[in-house]
Amino acid sequence: MLALTDFLMLGAILFSLSVAGIFLNRKNVIILLMCIELMLLAVNINFVAFSHYHGDAVGQVFVFFILTVAAAEAAIGLAILVVLFRNRRTINVEDLDALKG
Amino acid sequence: MPFEMPSLIPVLPELFILTMTCVILVVDLFLKDEQRVISYGLAQVSLLLAVCIVYLTSSSEAEVIFYGSVIRDPMGDVLKVAVYLISAGAFLYSKDYLLDRNLFKGEFYVLGLFAVLGMTVMVSANGFLTVYLGLELLALSLYTLVAFDRDSIAGSEAAMKYFVLGALASGMLLYGISMIYGATGSIEFQPVAQAVAETGMDNMVLVFGLVFVVIGLAFKFGAVPLHMWVPDVYHGAPTAVTLFIGSAPKIAAFALAMRLLVNGLEPLHADWQGMLVILAVLSMALGNVIAIAQTNIKRMLAYSTISHVGFILLGILAGTSKGYTAAMFYSIVYAIMALGGFGIVMLLSRRGFEAENLDDYKGLHDRSPWFAAMMLLLMFSMAGVPPTVGFFAKMFVLEAVISVNLLWLALVGVFFSIIGVYYYLRIVKLMYFDKPVDNTPLTAGLDTRIALSVNGLMMLALGMFPAAILSLCAAAIGSA
Repeated sequence: MLALTDFLMLGAILFSLSVAGIFLNRKNVIILLMCIELMLLAVNINFVAFSHYHGDAVGQVFVFFILTVAAAEAAIGLAILVVLFRNRRTINVEDLDALKG
Repeated sequence: MPFEMPSLIPVLPELFILTMTCVILVVDLFLKDEQRVISYGLAQVSLLLAVCIVYLTSSSEAEVIFYGSVIRDPMGDVLKVAVYLISAGAFLYSKDYLLDRNLFKGEFYVLGLFAVLGMTVMVSANGFLTVYLGLELLALSLYTLVAFDRDSIAGSEAAMKYFVLGALASGMLLYGISMIYGATGSIEFQPVAQAVAETGMDNMVLVFGLVFVVIGLAFKFGAVPLHMWVPDVYHGAPTAVTLFIGSAPKIAAFALAMRLLVNGLEPLHADWQGMLVILAVLSMALGNVIAIAQTNIKRMLAYSTISHVGFILLGILAGTSKGYTAAMFYSIVYAIMALGGFGIVMLLSRRGFEAENLDDYKGLHDRSPWFAAMMLLLMFSMAGVPPTVGFFAKMFVLEAVISVNLLWLALVGVFFSIIGVYYYLRIVKLMYFDKPVDNTPLTAGLDTRIALSVNGLMMLALGMFPAAILSLCAAAIGSA
């Protein structure tokens, strides 16, 4: 039988992986988008675990909203990525240095 | 549970904006390019009508609907009216700018109105889910607006940075919310506050949640150390979008902080106060010092935003109704100042030329004495020189901070705003004591000129009679 803390640990590990991915990755913007998705899914695991623990459906309803918003967010992220690639001909994170000051 | 049709009157302004946005989206499809002004007109009319609706449906009682997830209270009404009016001003200023750059498209107004809708949903949120949905609606519209000029290299890069960091902040906020849900078993503010008051800070999960929520909030405000996106986005976005991002969303950020920290987590005040102190001091210090080194006026105003955010946080962290009133007054006044400041930047820009560098402001007095005077008033107000309204906004915040025995914090605030005066006055010096480098006459239309004059004179008028807005804020907070 898995305890609540096991799920929370899984959520925390996934969340830290995604944050580390965003900060360590210097190559590809698409990996950044994947890390963002992973982060939202880690939050979902937390919500579902807590929802089961409290015996309260609100947490699972929240998850549906997060999934929907995540889809919209991915669409906009990819759209911006396409515009960026058309203008710069690169999606390398290190090349995004036109704005500094 | 029997299904009841809730009364929709309290959310009528939001419903109206949503309907009008969809109407504009469809109407715009059938318009030729030269008729695009109809979309613009519809957007303005819907914002003004929404103000009327808020006025007609307002009452001093707070009403909670949709099973506790949405609230309509006097604070929400005042903030909504401020958001609508300031967004209408932003649309007005940006019209000429967009026309000159072939960006005068219906999508600008549709996205802008969706952002307005997101802000007002945040303002009237009574639960974490509503806050999150409003926040995302605002953020997703803003990411798209930043990339609105599709061929601009700086614009698309700024949009990408804004998107990645914004999504990271939303993730942090959500993680915090999930922890708070786990600790309290609810996502509505009143039950959360009740549960928090009972358990207190002994609950580790709750501490964790609070920290993540404050991090997410600090990012949305653009407070140091999570401010990296502010200068890049302000610089890279088309000035019309910078104007929009720099004005009304600050009011929404204030609402977000009030709803999350005060309505939801008030019993933890002692704990979040410490975090906000750090954020406020760092923001005021870094914002004012780095702004001095900027040569681009949009970047300079971005760092000035960061320092003003520090002041808004000062008011919130005082934790008294006096402090909340001062912070609310400050955020509304700041939004009006930012509107005017970026309005002048757009006034000086024309087709093929962006008045982005400080040198472009040299000798403005010789080119247009009237608008140089308006810019002077706006800069004085941002710097906090009496009798402009910026002075009173700072004074009320400092008063509130002193009244909770944080004298040192008030001194820090005063110290850094004195440093800040330098770069505001540098613009005044450039305008009045240097020779102009180009003498092209200003080309703005009559509507922009009148609105900018009103905006500039407002700094003085509100400075003479600060009670006009302050009493509204005090009444709104007092009954919240």
